[in-house]
Amino acid sequence: MDLTETTRTALAALFSGEAASTTPVAGDDAPEAAAEPAPFGISEPDPVRTGTWLEVRCRPDQVVEAARILDDQGFFLESIAGVDWPDSGQMEVLYDYNRLGGTTCRVLVRARVTRDEPVLPTISHVFPAADWHERETFDFYGVRFEGHANLIRILLPEDADFHPLRKDYQP
Amino acid sequence: METSIWRALFYLVGIMAFAALNAAYLVWCERKGAARIQRRSGPTEVGYEGLLQPLADGLKLMSKQLLVPRGVDGVIFRLAPVLAMIPGITSMVVIPFSGNIQARAMELSLLLIFALASLGMIAILLGGWASGNKYAIISSARAVSQNLAYEIPMLITAITVVMISGSMNLREIALDQQGGFWQWNIFRLENGHFLTMWVSFIIFFICSVAETNRAPFDMAEAESELVAGYMTEYGSMGYGLFMMGEYINIVVGACLTATLFLGGWDCPFGLTSGVWWFILKIYILIFTVIWIRWTYPRTQIYRLLNLSWKILIPFSMANLLLTAALIKVF
Amino acid sequence: MNVPVHLRPDETFVLNLGPQHPATHGVLRVKLTMDGEYIVHAEPVLGYIHRMHEKLAEAGTFAQFMPNTARMDYLHALAFNHGWALVVEKAAGIEVPERAEYIRVITVELNRIASHLLWWAAFLLDLGGFTPLLYAFDDREQIIDLLERVTGSRLTYCYMRFGGVCNDIDDEFVAGTRAFIQRLRGRLPRIYHDLVTHNIILIKRIKDIGFVSAEQCRRYGATGPVARGSGISYDVRKNEPYSVYPEFDFDIPVFPEGDSMARYMVRMHEIEQSLRIIEQALDKLPGGPVLGKVPKMLKPEAGYSYSAVETARGSLGHRLVCDGGKNPYKLKLRSPTFSNLSLYGEVAEGMLLADALAFMGSLDLVIPEIDR
Repeated sequence: MDLTETTRTALAALFSGEAASTTPVAGDDAPEAAAEPAPFGISEPDPVRTGTWLEVRCRPDQVVEAARILDDQGFFLESIAGVDWPDSGQMEVLYDYNRLGGTTCRVLVRARVTRDEPVLPTISHVFPAADWHERETFDFYGVRFEGHANLIRILLPEDADFHPLRKDYQP
Repeated sequence: METSIWRALFYLVGIMAFAALNAAYLVWCERKGAARIQRRSGPTEVGYEGLLQPLADGLKLMSKQLLVPRGVDGVIFRLAPVLAMIPGITSMVVIPFSGNIQARAMELSLLLIFALASLGMIAILLGGWASGNKYAIISSARAVSQNLAYEIPMLITAITVVMISGSMNLREIALDQQGGFWQWNIFRLENGHFLTMWVSFIIFFICSVAETNRAPFDMAEAESELVAGYMTEYGSMGYGLFMMGEYINIVVGACLTATLFLGGWDCPFGLTSGVWWFILKIYILIFTVIWIRWTYPRTQIYRLLNLSWKILIPFSMANLLLTAALIKVF
Repeated sequence: MNVPVHLRPDETFVLNLGPQHPATHGVLRVKLTMDGEYIVHAEPVLGYIHRMHEKLAEAGTFAQFMPNTARMDYLHALAFNHGWALVVEKAAGIEVPERAEYIRVITVELNRIASHLLWWAAFLLDLGGFTPLLYAFDDREQIIDLLERVTGSRLTYCYMRFGGVCNDIDDEFVAGTRAFIQRLRGRLPRIYHDLVTHNIILIKRIKDIGFVSAEQCRRYGATGPVARGSGISYDVRKNEPYSVYPEFDFDIPVFPEGDSMARYMVRMHEIEQSLRIIEQALDKLPGGPVLGKVPKMLKPEAGYSYSAVETARGSLGHRLVCDGGKNPYKLKLRSPTFSNLSLYGEVAEGMLLADALAFMGSLDLVIPEIDR
């Protein structure tokens, strides 16, 4: 099996035997969402156009499990990005994983949380790289990462009380 | 030896003038030398080829505010730069520029110079400590450990010269080497000393570069790491005095090397000697020191100290024993 | 040399390697808890040159963001141009003519050499060797003159457009580049290697200093020369090829030792490999247009795209989210130095101050790229 296949099989453990795991996050069904939230599960998009070999939509609490699976498979954390979807009242956090050497296989793990209480468990004990990336996502979006040892702002001044990359931010 | 007041006055003015001119124009030499090594031209605007640049720099330094930051130890802070100048200028009293030009020929002139060198080290320590700046304190600590480590091989190799010449009087040491380069201590052919003297010369030269805190031994003022080291808090003439002190120390180190190993004012081919040969020799040595600075990067502090304690000291002690053995045998 | 240091609160002091410091290549602050000359804890503090480029991307159109890309890593600005052009071309499905791809490769590789030369100069300046700066800048000036002919800028290039490049290269550029390649090839062994790389003081200063293991690189996401200096053979140009890199025959220098000397050698060898790529690209340069047909107002369809390019410092990623409008909905810049610096805290523990600064220099930091 090639790398994409092996990784997909490993990640399928996230969704195995859970019929009710697909409880949508509040707002998933809001009409007029600018980009349709992807259904739960794993999909294989076109790597030429999207640059990703596997896309995984999981629940917020499954993020750590996904990170652990990918760590066992030998991936590294490339980046953590937040996206604000105010129309559906959700915020999305994108985790990009990639391979260091050998065949490339970029895996995008996404999780959606509500905009009012954006909370996700931290993966910094699995990947120390997440330490700074999560601080940055907190800094720009206000997403709290539970269990992070030092969740303070990283790029903005320590006393700032705003999160600039939110769509409703007024300077 | 006369003790007339005119003689004392003449030498006082002369030495101060020599020291001050050197401090000023060695900066020019350094900047030009550095520039040429780096494929650029250096100061060219002020005066012909930038010869008036030191004047401009001096005026600039003197016209700046003599800033004494709050929280420094007032007396010591002001005292340290002055203390840095004292050893250099005072050492020049005993240096024999030629057979007739020497301020004071003392019996223990070599000892005097080494004693004053330690005073220079104290000036660095006081300057760093009084600044109350963490970088300055780190730099002073480094400078003291370095100077201490390198004084020892310097003294030991100087002793080998003293043993051969039989005197600590710099004038006598120089007179002992008159008559052409084969008589110089570095090449001393008689009694087989040529085996050991060149080792002494190399060790002494390395130590004099290290004692004056010049690259690659410039831990104390490691510009890229500690901002300006012990000189960080000094502005204007405080900084000016430290830099002048450093250049005068280089001159004294070169004079000492020339006197101890290269025959003082002696002409290498056995013809008419004179003060110009001495001047030529010290400037060749100073040029070499400048050349080394702009070629090599800096070492680490523990490697620096290792070089002294584990390599230079054993070699110089072995050298000393060998010289003593040769003197005894022949 | 790393020694295990025990934290004794009453015997340590905090030294601020402040935002203004000759060795921190930009405005980086590192809070060092020191025990004498040994570092007990190192904490980089970022954000002194944070300009919120990601919000600026959302505020303007896709084309309006192109000048911003050069302001992040100004030393390898053309690679940042390339990354942005690549992600938008992926999202919008724009074709790039072959000649434009070749020109992109030639200019990006020239810029890579310039970036490595400046890194070499600054690294040696940190170590106390003042002269190599002038020698490296001599060669760098040649590159900058060449690139200025073609792009119009000396440092912050805004040369690439979606669908190609904005200006064609002429015969003088080609002749000048060939002459430069010969000149640098002649100078590398004498001036760069004989005088500096084989200098015993430099070797003692960087050998066995700042050991980074391959596992640490993976856990912190370090890429580029930092990873290749620890034995990981990862280069986006080979592992995730883009543009016309598959057409060229070049090697990826990998050194397994993991110390600063390995990272130094990786970058020096990369200069030589870049010269090879440029030579082959000049030989194979096709004719044709340099800018494809692109709609005036780009509106890529909604979706998520990622592009990765290899800059002088590592893998630069652009994570783009489009919503069908004329502005990007979200742009995340994955900056290589951000990930490279994150391992500094762990590796610098127990090091001497001078060694920690040599290690920081070997990481090749450009702070505006970290802070965006």
